[in-house]
Amino acid sequence: MAKRQKVLVLYLKLPSLEGEVISWATFDGTGKKLHMTGDSDEPPYPTGLDALLDGWRLFQASQAIPEHPGQEFRTSYLKHEFFFEKLEEGDF
Amino acid sequence: MAKLLTTEQMAEFANSGCLFFDELIDQQTNQEFLDDIGHTDIDEVDSVQDYYRNIKATSSIPRIPAGTKLKDAYPKGSPLEKIFSHEVVDGAIKSLVGSNTIIDHQFLHITFPTKYFKQANQRQMSQQNHQDSTIDPRSTFDVQLFYFPTEVTKAMGGTRYHPGTHLRIVNEFGIAKYQNILGQKSIVCKPGTIGIFHSGLWHGAGVNFSENIRYMFKVRLQPTEKQELLWDPEKKYQPLPNRALYWTDERKDKTINDILMRSYPWQEADTNRLDKINVVKFWRLLTGHKKMDVDYWLTRIENELY
Repeated sequence: MAKRQKVLVLYLKLPSLEGEVISWATFDGTGKKLHMTGDSDEPPYPTGLDALLDGWRLFQASQAIPEHPGQEFRTSYLKHEFFFEKLEEGDF
Repeated sequence: MAKLLTTEQMAEFANSGCLFFDELIDQQTNQEFLDDIGHTDIDEVDSVQDYYRNIKATSSIPRIPAGTKLKDAYPKGSPLEKIFSHEVVDGAIKSLVGSNTIIDHQFLHITFPTKYFKQANQRQMSQQNHQDSTIDPRSTFDVQLFYFPTEVTKAMGGTRYHPGTHLRIVNEFGIAKYQNILGQKSIVCKPGTIGIFHSGLWHGAGVNFSENIRYMFKVRLQPTEKQELLWDPEKKYQPLPNRALYWTDERKDKTINDILMRSYPWQEADTNRLDKINVVKFWRLLTGHKKMDVDYWLTRIENELY
């Protein structure tokens, strides 16, 4: 049996897993489903914690980086990024 | 006679980064535009390459060098000249980028239906989110005019966009990893619809699962003058008083300040406040009122005594 990785990326309203999901992306290494930009208007989970409760394993979270002096009000990329994975066994 | 934007429309643009004018262009002009670009019936062409080859061979849309004045760009009587001289389009352009705007570039976006990908054995994917066209820290802004000559149905995907993202400074496809963003919208519209985007607005082309080709003609316009009170040449606009924080009076009509302070579901709890501050800063530039404020956001932190 081979193992394949499914990756779920959640962007939250807060730097805590309790924060509500505001953006999301899914990449399915099993090949069962092809996800793409704009494919769903409803988030897969209400919060990051709900993803943990459903068996997703957190493997990376964004750091808190102080704003550069003089650039405190510049806004840019979504800040609170969390990478989760699930491993799936099967004949792929 | 140009129909300049209202202060409410300008506030909407300052807050959301976009304006729409549904079914603005008449059907005859839409058809003339399709004839000009060399529209071909989908049953007559089997591949993307052949379709583009056909368009390049037959299109009568002029090639326009970057920096050409809009007023000199399109031949008199041509469908594009008619579109840009429409009183609403002309007024919106004059309100946002002035009377002497120049063309940065134009492009005919074509989104092909599933048939073409099946025949070529290719994966049919939507375009990722991006911001045009490189990182852009200017206070000056460009606009992108989107013209939809045919109907865009939900199955056709439409141009996806994210209201309120235009003041976030990112570098083009650096936002491609956000597959879905809460509050995302797609342009589903009737023929002849015009959209005007702030050049910083995050967007991308939706995947076309219909049986028809989707067209969107885009022209990016740059100002050559300061973008201050262009919609209000008599300079009558006066800001409302700096209202008390979180104060609302539901008995009153919505004010310009309510439009400016609208939040979006994708905004983080912390950065949302910076988004509001940046809208106020943008409104200061647009109105020339350098000290105006809404809800005390900037006044509070400008009280520097040391």
